[in-house]
Amino acid sequence: MATPSLLLLVADGRFPAGAHAHSGGLEAAVAAGRVTDLASLEAFLAGRLATAGLVGAAFAAAAHRAAVPGITDADEAAGSAGVAESAGSARRPDALARSAARSRTLAQLDVELDARTAAPTLRTVSRRQGRALLRAGRAIWPDAPFGDLPASPGGAHQPLVLGLLCAAAGLSRLDTATVAAYGTVTGAASAGVRLLGLDPYQVQALLVGLADACDGTAAEAARAADDPPERLPAAAAPLADIHAEIHATWEVRLFAS
Amino acid sequence: MRALARLVARADGRGGTVLVELHGETPLLLRQTPTDGGVATVHLVGGAAGPLAGDDLRLEIEVGPGAAVRVHTVAASIALPGRPGAVSRMAVSAVVHAGATLHWLPEQLVAAAGCAHLAESRVAVAAGASLRWRDELICGRYGEAPGGAVVHTQVDYGGRPLLRQSLAVGPRAPGWAGPAVLGGASATGSLLVVDPSRPAEPATVDGTVARLPLAGGPATLWTATAPDAHTLRAHLTG
Repeated sequence: MATPSLLLLVADGRFPAGAHAHSGGLEAAVAAGRVTDLASLEAFLAGRLATAGLVGAAFAAAAHRAAVPGITDADEAAGSAGVAESAGSARRPDALARSAARSRTLAQLDVELDARTAAPTLRTVSRRQGRALLRAGRAIWPDAPFGDLPASPGGAHQPLVLGLLCAAAGLSRLDTATVAAYGTVTGAASAGVRLLGLDPYQVQALLVGLADACDGTAAEAARAADDPPERLPAAAAPLADIHAEIHATWEVRLFAS
Repeated sequence: MRALARLVARADGRGGTVLVELHGETPLLLRQTPTDGGVATVHLVGGAAGPLAGDDLRLEIEVGPGAAVRVHTVAASIALPGRPGAVSRMAVSAVVHAGATLHWLPEQLVAAAGCAHLAESRVAVAAGASLRWRDELICGRYGEAPGGAVVHTQVDYGGRPLLRQSLAVGPRAPGWAGPAVLGGASATGSLLVVDPSRPAEPATVDGTVARLPLAGGPATLWTATAPDAHTLRAHLTG
């Protein structure tokens, strides 16, 4: 079981996964003149939470589900069918079957998340953030099943790594979805302070106002994780794709995305 | 109102396409129009107003190996409110077999004030088949805020996920008009082109139109926002 401190540690912007280097599309939205003040930042955060936030949280929750099988996990049931629970000698094949089932699910989640990420820049960013998070996860929880992540050249998608990492920390599925949803708004909010010179107290008050929506998004994502991967949320935001590809063409930028 | 329409096309073996099944029910009526160079062309004619909340409309399209079909609609469809609490649904499912081509190029969907509409597309494209699939959404009639509309698109290529997106607008979609989603644009849409013969192209952006190469197959998605339907269409010609 996770302690409250572990939840705080994993959700903390200071967790060494490079989250501070990303603005979640805000830098391009500011440059386009679409986000100029607190009110437009709030609308940006609300829209981001309902789209990228929901999708990322659902995939993190689904990866967590693959790592921490519940009694409803059909794959797991099939994988361990016929293996006597008490037989010590059966442990190893059981673990192998579990690992194989987990690899299959994670590979499926990986291609499903690709299909939800139309902009190639956003796919690259997600995999790069996944790599950074994986370095931290492997160093902190060396026994976690990160080896079951698909071996994609660019790295595994960030939400998949986050799901396994939160499972390793002992967090619940809902906590995992909350960490993911929370990260999508707090990163962009603190980027807003830097990009627009906004009053940090006012921006923090904005986040407090979004806390219910963040919890609601996490709860929806955690519930959705019981659906098959193709049915997971696919909330789209045309401007997120457009902003990401504009941002990628800049030679000088404050944030990596 | 419930309706099911079905279109099945087969290659005739002489470079042309025959429609072996073309069946509609009001308000989904299918009409074959003059063929264009071996491509069977069908227009979907709205036989009633709507869709109205409570309507459940389904269109099934199957394009057999080597056949080519182009589907248009004669006019924009306007999602309107109906029974309180009810949702209107238009579900299009299409199967495009090997060597076949499907062009789905309907007019816009307009989400009128107070509507509750779900537009669902599920497309299975065999490896080596081609597809052009356009979706355009206009948020409200002139000077009007839209009701709730969700445009969900799910496309597989060669049995692998190619595109999954679900765009939600209206009062129950937080931030939809804001700078993270549509940025105040009242028109938005996408054109998906699956074409195994076309070389992969890098992503580009021009204003509020992006060309995005997809990960799951030889496919490109044009995605755009625009102030009006006319400008949007000009962006989505591929």
